[in-house]
Amino acid sequence: MSNDSHHEENFLQKYIFSVDHKIIGIQYGITSLMFLFFGFCLMMVMRWQLAYPETPVPYIGGLLGETGILMPEIYNMLGAMHGTIMIFLGVVPLAVGAFGNYIVPLQIGAPDMAFPKLNAASYWSYFIGGVIMLASFFLPEGAARSGWTSYPPLSIFETGQTAWLIGMVFLITSSLLGSMNIIVTIVQLRAPGLTWFRLPFFVWGQFVTAFLLVLAFPPLEAAAVLQLMDRVAQTSFFLPSGLVYSGAAVDVYGSGSPLLWQHLFWFLAHPEVYVLILPAMGIVGDVIANNTRKPLWGYKSIVYGSVFLGFMSFIVWAHHMFLTGMGQAMSSFFQTTTMIISIPSVIILTSFFISLWGASIRFTTPMLFALAFLPMFGIGGLTGLPLGVGASDIHLHDTYYVIGHFHYVVAPGTIFALFAGIYYWFPKMTGRKMSEALGKLHFWPSLIFMNGIFLPMFIQGLAGVSRRLYDGGQSYAHAQDVLQWNEFMSISAFCLAAAQIPFFINIFVSMFNGEKVGRNPWQSTTIEWSAPSPPLPHRNFENQVEVYRGPYEYSVPGADKDFSPQTEK
Amino acid sequence: MSDHDNGHIQEHIRVYLTVFGALAVLTLLTVGVSYLNVSSTEAIFLALTIATIKASLVAGYFMHLITEKQTIVWLLILTFFFFLVCMFLPMIYDFDHTRLS
Amino acid sequence: MQIPYITEERPDTGLTNSKLGIWVFLASEIMLFGGLFSAYVFLRIAAPEGDFAYWGSKLNIPMATINTLVLISSSMTMIMSWASLKMKDFEKYKMYMGLTLLFASIFLVIKYFEYTGKFHHGIYPSSSTFMGIYFTLTGLHMLHIIGGMIVMGYFWLPFGNKMWTTEPERFTNRIEIAGLYWHFVDLVWIFLFPILYLL
Ligand code: HEM
Ligand SMILES: [Cu+2]
Repeated sequence: MSNDSHHEENFLQKYIFSVDHKIIGIQYGITSLMFLFFGFCLMMVMRWQLAYPETPVPYIGGLLGETGILMPEIYNMLGAMHGTIMIFLGVVPLAVGAFGNYIVPLQIGAPDMAFPKLNAASYWSYFIGGVIMLASFFLPEGAARSGWTSYPPLSIFETGQTAWLIGMVFLITSSLLGSMNIIVTIVQLRAPGLTWFRLPFFVWGQFVTAFLLVLAFPPLEAAAVLQLMDRVAQTSFFLPSGLVYSGAAVDVYGSGSPLLWQHLFWFLAHPEVYVLILPAMGIVGDVIANNTRKPLWGYKSIVYGSVFLGFMSFIVWAHHMFLTGMGQAMSSFFQTTTMIISIPSVIILTSFFISLWGASIRFTTPMLFALAFLPMFGIGGLTGLPLGVGASDIHLHDTYYVIGHFHYVVAPGTIFALFAGIYYWFPKMTGRKMSEALGKLHFWPSLIFMNGIFLPMFIQGLAGVSRRLYDGGQSYAHAQDVLQWNEFMSISAFCLAAAQIPFFINIFVSMFNGEKVGRNPWQSTTIEWSAPSPPLPHRNFENQVEVYRGPYEYSVPGADKDFSPQTEK
Repeated sequence: MSDHDNGHIQEHIRVYLTVFGALAVLTLLTVGVSYLNVSSTEAIFLALTIATIKASLVAGYFMHLITEKQTIVWLLILTFFFFLVCMFLPMIYDFDHTRLS
Repeated sequence: MQIPYITEERPDTGLTNSKLGIWVFLASEIMLFGGLFSAYVFLRIAAPEGDFAYWGSKLNIPMATINTLVLISSSMTMIMSWASLKMKDFEKYKMYMGLTLLFASIFLVIKYFEYTGKFHHGIYPSSSTFMGIYFTLTGLHMLHIIGGMIVMGYFWLPFGNKMWTTEPERFTNRIEIAGLYWHFVDLVWIFLFPILYLL
């Protein structure tokens, strides 16, 4: 293996089919950012329709048909694919594939991931899954239109779902390979002296996340196979007897259950929401410690909290199913576990807030994003509580309130944290800093417009506006009082798109012209900063790393500087 | 060293052969039992018990779980817990459900 | 810097990377079949009384019993091939590995006759929920068998086993890992056999 790094690699070996975790991480990063952008565009088309129903879509209307008006079938298609792309092709690959891959080996002082070839296989499986999802738009039957949750019976009859299922099998495989690799890497390749409680919180977040993926994704894979059978082999796992579709009795054996899908789906998908949030919390923890120049308050509680969070996330899933006729006992059980799971989230968030107390904060761009994460995630989490109580969920289920809830956790929550991560680790990846001025120009409008989009959703949802309406509620009496928000939210969305321009400019400009930096531009303590920027191909560090201290030893009394790196005696 | 190893392995091989014999016998047993005239609950209980014994033999001896390292044992305990959750909660759910069918 | 713990064990865990890796993989496989078994149970409860038993009685128990014995034997020869490597007996390894592949192929052939037998009687996955889950479960299991055969075939053929001459220890580890996977596939069948054929 070590010889590999010496022989000459051609362009393809070096940048395309590389097995170096850093290249794979960057591949993941670029691909997932493109998917995020694409998913965002799908959403903007939908928001146009919601704000200006039945009006031709400007610029791209031609793609949508002769009239340029977004038709209901296409609306459903965009909705389903927006969710799928954002979650499975955007946020998870960026958080786990890109950051997990790039940063974890560096933060534990390892030369690479434990299985470099498997790592490349994981990326390429993701890539194929992504291509299948994109290609499904161009198939005669179009892309999936049954929501990202793909509930049967609808998903069995609607066109386009087959490609979705096949794509998902590739994406699931990719996640499984990637997270197996992360688990083995963290358990086996920690540098000498790096005990479990000296791991940066980011590594812990990735570790728990990897377990969630390894143990929760396979049941969805099973469910996807069953749904595929329902579609291609006319089985009826998810179809009950006596089903009538479009006025005709459905000719299948029957005696299946649509609820089975919901169980298997949410058995994955609730842990999945923690897959979305734990790496984000990890990034925020690292960035906060670095920019407050203080140890993270309650490091151990945060770690135990995130482990507990991961564990509990497997036994709350049916809170997505309160309205499926479940009995008292089950509903009480899942309400209780849902309330319990909010405790560790609160512990983690509170510890982050307390870490700010009395600090002389550096308001760098990554820190701004990390700071914004805190209240945004707070809003998202708190609005989850009414959803976790059966009585109030009866009113709120499947309304815009739910959309508001989870977007607060994922968009201004996770995605802000991922931005923080990009600004924070960009110098490590390229050897150059991103521009602070452009960064702030990116941050402030993003913060404002994010809230402009999602805050009114709570208002609409509380009024009872259902979440999948093609006309945004025009034809519903109870929606009339809150209709005016639609345009406001849509304009915010378009402005949010514009607010991303400085970010893209910043990436390209800084890559070539950014301020050159050394190994440790942020004066940070964790191990990745003791490697050259960018770290050496295939081996990262010049010498074997040895670790002498905890992850966040900032402002240690008596030390000659305000940070004591883990690798210094 | 290699001499000692060999003796060790020989011993293992005897264990493997015994386990193999037991698996074969249990296979025939479970088929035989399935022809007994018992209630379906009893039949399920018998079949699953025998299957569990067989599986434990495979896992314990062929896969060396009985002498495996702690890390792996804990990993499997965790997995097994979630396996049980995945297996049983849908069932309990179904019993506690206003059945529409 | 090389990736450590490929052949030697990490002191504090006592494991090589690939040993831990395969177990994490098997953990995910447990959950995959866990999801499928849970679907089986759920569907069985949801089906009309006696529906599963009625369709189950159409399966061929003698063939499946033989197949169970075949698969158990293949597990046996698999572990013997690893034990032979431990005793540095490469010829025996090749024989046992060849036998394992042979048993695996016999399993597939018998399965093929079972499947076509069903099709001849006009029984397809869509015939009933039981048949659906039967074909899905055994089909996925068969894919696992085929996957295992590809890996084991690779280690059996000359270009795959030349590692024995260069890195014997690493090669032995690989066979152990492949074995763990193979025993797991056997283990899944041990449960599939009663729940599909006997109950
Ligand atoms: C902290 C406490 C949280 C609680 C109590 C909570 C509770 C809930 C409940 C009960 C629902 C179902 C609502 C319904 O369909 O009627 C839900 C939906 C959802 N939550 Fe949360 N949640 C929490 C945190 C999170 C986090 C951290 C994320 C993601 C990062 C998240 C993402 C989602 C998503 C994506 C959905 C909607 C799924 C869909 O129907 O499409 N939640 N939440
Ligand atoms: Cu949930």
